This record gives sequence, structure tokens and C-alpha cells, in this order.
Amino acid sequence: MSKLSLVTKGIIKENPIFVLLLGMCPTLGTTTSAINGLGMGLATTFVLIMSNVAISSISSLIPNKVRIPSYIVVIAAFVTVLQLLMQAYTPGLYETLGLFIPLIVVNCIVLGRAEAFASKNSVADSALDGIGIGIGFTLGLTILGAVREILGSASIFGIKLIDGDGMLVFVLAPGAFLALGYLLVLFNKFKTRIS
Amino acid sequence: MAKESSLKNMLVTLSVVTLVASSLLGVVYSLTKGPIDEAMTAKTNNAIASVAPAFDNDPSAEQFMVELSGKAYRVYPAKMGSDVSGYAVETYSSGFGGRMSLMVGFNADGTINGTAVLSHAETPGLGDKIDASKSDFSVQFKGKNPEDFQLLVKKDGGDVDAITASTITSRAFCDAVVAAWEVFKKCDSENNKMEVSNE
Repeated sequence: MSKLSLVTKGIIKENPIFVLLLGMCPTLGTTTSAINGLGMGLATTFVLIMSNVAISSISSLIPNKVRIPSYIVVIAAFVTVLQLLMQAYTPGLYETLGLFIPLIVVNCIVLGRAEAFASKNSVADSALDGIGIGIGFTLGLTILGAVREILGSASIFGIKLIDGDGMLVFVLAPGAFLALGYLLVLFNKFKTRIS
Repeated sequence: MAKESSLKNMLVTLSVVTLVASSLLGVVYSLTKGPIDEAMTAKTNNAIASVAPAFDNDPSAEQFMVELSGKAYRVYPAKMGSDVSGYAVETYSSGFGGRMSLMVGFNADGTINGTAVLSHAETPGLGDKIDASKSDFSVQFKGKNPEDFQLLVKKDGGDVDAITASTITSRAFCDAVVAAWEVFKKCDSENNKMEVSNE
């Protein structure tokens, strides 16, 4: 597999949100606006890359039976590091996303990539895989956040598009499911057309 | 290939992994502790500055606690010279999504100088309109004196225009302001007493 395709497969072919349907808790919970989606995506990308690199470099030293607990400790450590850094240097973003940051630990994508990819591949390939999946996840969250923000608050990245309130249901939980459902349909139509 | 899963190997691996992870966390914690505290203080100071009347002292250095019906509230006095020009009261109540924490500033005569939201867990797009950046809801309290301004939503017979579809949030906001008002009255009377005893 070429180095480039390691990155690009995470964006379309194995997009974590629209194809693998992993990590739905932060996906549905944080995407009330485009900027929240983007922030959550970038935070998860950071954890993905760090944990992929760390796990692929230590996986040969870890006995098979304690592999999952070891991976979880590694992931949890990086998430806590990220949480402390965000709290210290981006308090504004931490305020909106703070609640969801600890949930990155249980995000299936991170453990999934550690188990399915990083533990069997080289450090460099795992880093590229982390970048690709991270970009795919960030894109997915930003698109979903943008759609919900446009429909729900009639604004995009905090900029008002039209005067008015929008359809509130899209900001609330049911709207997350509705928007995700329609985006899944569109994405799969688009994916079958190009492949 | 992975090492054999013997008891010794597993114990050693897990101990090493957790030890490395915890030392990493320890280092990052000590590095970020300063900036995190600074960010928190800056936030409180900003909130005080935005709600309290003009002052030339350091209200967070002179903060004190006030007990009111079993709850403790933090009060930041704003002073011009030696005169108290007003108070900023950190108050809280429970909203629709959980604890809501506000900073309410009072002038010396008891009128509300301003309100600022410190933290809340209200629904985005509905209850989060208590934030002054999202709607004018909180602006209506400015310049009102709770003596003649009923701190209840109109639905409950008060004078406050509630946020559409967020009555519970609006009520919680009013409750918090009422608590702050009670705290202010207590501070104010104590302050006056002190002045009397000084004479």
C-alpha cells in the first residue's frame, strides 16, 4: 500500500464516521456547531496520531493477554495530557468541549486503530494512518456540525447567514440523528459513484 | 512477535506501562498547573470587571464568603478609595442541564450593574441564550433594582421576559440573581453596621 493511500483511505474509503460508523458518541454529541465539530475532530486526531505511534512502537514488547489494558492506559494518558493542555492554553475551546474530551478514551476509533492497524504496522505507517483517519473524522464532524448549525441556528462558524432562529430540532439530539442519516445517504451515493 | 503471556511478563509490562503513563501525566500536570490557574483567575477577574461598578482595588484579593440559608457564596467587594462602590456576587442555581454559575454585580444602591455567566450546562441553541453574546436576555437585568423589579419570569407573575422555550433555564437564572440579591443585602447591612460602629 502506498504511503499516500494510507492517508487518503481514512478520508473516503474508510471514513470513520460515514463508512466505519465508529465513535458515534462524540459525533452526535459535539456537533452542535461547525466549530465544535472541528475542535473535537482535531483533538481526536491528536490522540489518534500519538497513540498510534506509541502503540506501534511498543506493541512487540507487550504480551498478548494484557494488550488491551496497556493500549487503554496509553490512550487515556494522551487524552489527559490533551485535556490539561487545552485547559491551560485554549480555555475557550475547553469550555465547550471539556465534557467530551475524556470521552475520547472510549472512542472506538482510537482503540480500533490501535488494535487493527498500529499493533501490526511500522511506526511511520501508523502515524500516517492516524493522520488519515484523523482527517476523515475531523471532516465528518465539521460537515455534520456545519449542516446542523446552518439548519438549526441559521449560521455557519458563528456567522449569521439569515436573520432568524432556524429549526431548533437540528441543534438538539434528534436533529443529530436526522442530519447524520441524510449525510450517510449522500456520502454513500457519492462513494459508489466515484468507485 | 509479541512476548509470551507469562505471569511475570504481564506483571512487568503493565507496571512499566502504567508507571511511564503516570510519570508523563505528572510532568504535564506540573507544567500546566500555572497556566490553568491563571486562566481561571483571569476568567473570574474578567467577569468581575464586566459586572461590578468602577473600582480601583483588587476585588479577588479582598473576596470573602457569605452564608445564606446553608449555602456559601463568594463575594468580591468593589471599592473606590475606601468607599464600597458595589459588590460582585458569585452565585449559582440548578438549571435545565445542571449547575449554572453566574457573577452578578450590584451598585452600592442595590441596582444590578450587570450579570455574566461563568459556567452552565444548558441546551445549545435554547438555554445557552443566557449568555450575553447569544441574546439580550441577560441585558434586561442591568440597571434594575430588585426592590421594585420582580425577579420572576412573566409566566410566574414577575417582570422578567423569559427566553422562548427555555422557561426552566430562565427561572434558574432568576433564582441565581435572587440569591445574589439576598447576599448583597446581607453584605450591605453588615457594611452599614460597621460604618455606624466606626463613628
